[in-house]
Amino acid sequence: MARYILRRVLLALPALLGLVLLTFVLTRVIPADPAATLAGDAATPAQLGEIRARYGLDRPLWEQAVTHVRQVVSGDLGNSIFSGRPVMEEIRFRLPATLELTFVALLLAAGLGIPLGLVAALDHNGPVDHLVRVVSVGGLAIASFWLAIMLQLLFSMEWDLLPLRGRIDVAAGAPAAVTGFFLIDSLLAGRLDQFADALRHLVLPAVTLCLPGLASIARFTRSGVLETLQKDFVLYARAAGYGRVRLAAIYVLRNAVTVTVAQIGLLFGALISGAVAVEAIYDWPGLGTYAVQAILAADYKALLAVTLVVGVVYAVVNVVVDVVQALIDPRVVEQVK
Amino acid sequence: MTALRRLLRDPVAAFGLFLVVFAVVVAIFAPWLAPYPDDAFESHLLQRLRPPSAEFPFGTDNLGRDILSRVILGARSAVVVAVAVVAAAMLIGVPVGLWAGWKEGWASEALMRVTDVFLAVPQLILALALGQLMAPGLTTAMVALALTYWPFFARTVHAETRRLRGALFVDALAGIGASTPRILLLHVLPNAAPAILVRATIGMGFTILTAAILGFLGVGAAPPSPDWGLAVAEARQHLPEAWWFPTFPGLAILLLVLGFNLLGDGLRDAADPRLRRSR
Repeated sequence: MARYILRRVLLALPALLGLVLLTFVLTRVIPADPAATLAGDAATPAQLGEIRARYGLDRPLWEQAVTHVRQVVSGDLGNSIFSGRPVMEEIRFRLPATLELTFVALLLAAGLGIPLGLVAALDHNGPVDHLVRVVSVGGLAIASFWLAIMLQLLFSMEWDLLPLRGRIDVAAGAPAAVTGFFLIDSLLAGRLDQFADALRHLVLPAVTLCLPGLASIARFTRSGVLETLQKDFVLYARAAGYGRVRLAAIYVLRNAVTVTVAQIGLLFGALISGAVAVEAIYDWPGLGTYAVQAILAADYKALLAVTLVVGVVYAVVNVVVDVVQALIDPRVVEQVK
Repeated sequence: MTALRRLLRDPVAAFGLFLVVFAVVVAIFAPWLAPYPDDAFESHLLQRLRPPSAEFPFGTDNLGRDILSRVILGARSAVVVAVAVVAAAMLIGVPVGLWAGWKEGWASEALMRVTDVFLAVPQLILALALGQLMAPGLTTAMVALALTYWPFFARTVHAETRRLRGALFVDALAGIGASTPRILLLHVLPNAAPAILVRATIGMGFTILTAAILGFLGVGAAPPSPDWGLAVAEARQHLPEAWWFPTFPGLAILLLVLGFNLLGDGLRDAADPRLRRSR
């Protein structure tokens, strides 16, 4: 098992190095001229030159790339061109916000999607199955930004049930930062009012974000269960007198869900993509809004850092997913050997 | 043609096909179908934000333009973007996948690792970043989407080619002296076609969604284009009063993407015998 984990971690490293280089090439070319953006329209050529020298923009591209890789490895991603503050510091506040949102969305997606897929498979070609199919295809077809606006329109503006935007009420204040996850921090501080407030703010963004994930998870669970139901061991168990529900919920699901778990890792990338639009609409102070700001301001340092952090998170999540998969299904480890 | 008949026998997939054909017909004849075709560019400030009525079934927008007309006119750019982006992504991804799936060695391995890297970055962030490369606009957004979608095709075709490379008929072809391009283009590619078709159909839906997000964030289509995503973005400032303003363009996105997804779903079932058995 330990060797399996080590192997998975080592396999992720070359992809990460590729990511560092790719993001550098992409982000270094994006801004027509970062120095000009920084200096403003009224800058004299002398001022532009000074700014280029200060940020190393006058160096040859390969030298900037080498410097960049060295900085990334040492964990120093430089200062934001726009705000002048260290980008890692800015990201440190925003990453937990995005992670909290995506984890809750993922939890909702798996918590609802797996049972839905199981029920659909057990009612194969019946009415429930068709309903789940429509929900799962429909969930992938809804534009998240539009759904977000529609939910805001109904639940915040018309009925005034849930907050329109933000992560917590400004008056209530943010809980003292320990983990950066408001739900956990407020409980640690023993502030139930803050916990409830943070939860209320989370509902609409998390529901919006979870829908595509829910749809895919329901689909994969459904086809996994259907496939497992054809296996010989199921036939044997049925013959041995196992009840249908008990068999499905315990033995079939555990076999079927390995495929779903593998998919969750891939889904995470889609979730973070989705978070960009969802955060923008709900004013969620996370990485998504930061990325959009960085792109619009041609802040290539910030954008580089965001892309890298997201890539690292994605890689870590996928290693974790692989390990979870191996825990559920020991055959996975056997295959690698 | 049995595949098509099988597809049409599946009511859900047939509905998807209907939605897609409907949208394509609307896109082609948009200027003749729209009640006020000039509302693509013309504004009428005296009739701003009118609720739905017999005169304006979907209401009017912030510049007094008929929303029904703009939804119809917007179908054209949505369909064109989807087809162009998917075609371009296929042109890059299919040859890459064929070559990397056929060849062994470090070069093809490296190529697939490059696609891994592309797949590891959220597509939207990559497309947003690329979209800013040149001046933001619809063309840039399309290039960005194609450049971020080709790895999905490369992946699909790579897997199919790997699977077919060991097939007996491919060995036989090589044995009677068929050249590699001949095997790949005339024998491997047709066998991979169903998988490519499914990927392309789903890709169209996905592209329309992502293009709408780019339009919404201001990196895609620019005003006064009747783009659906852009319309939803413009509508945000007029809520909650003008509920009809974001609703109808959003529904248009939903129906078209739903059509492509249902069709892709049905195609997958029709094309994959293994899944068909389990349905």
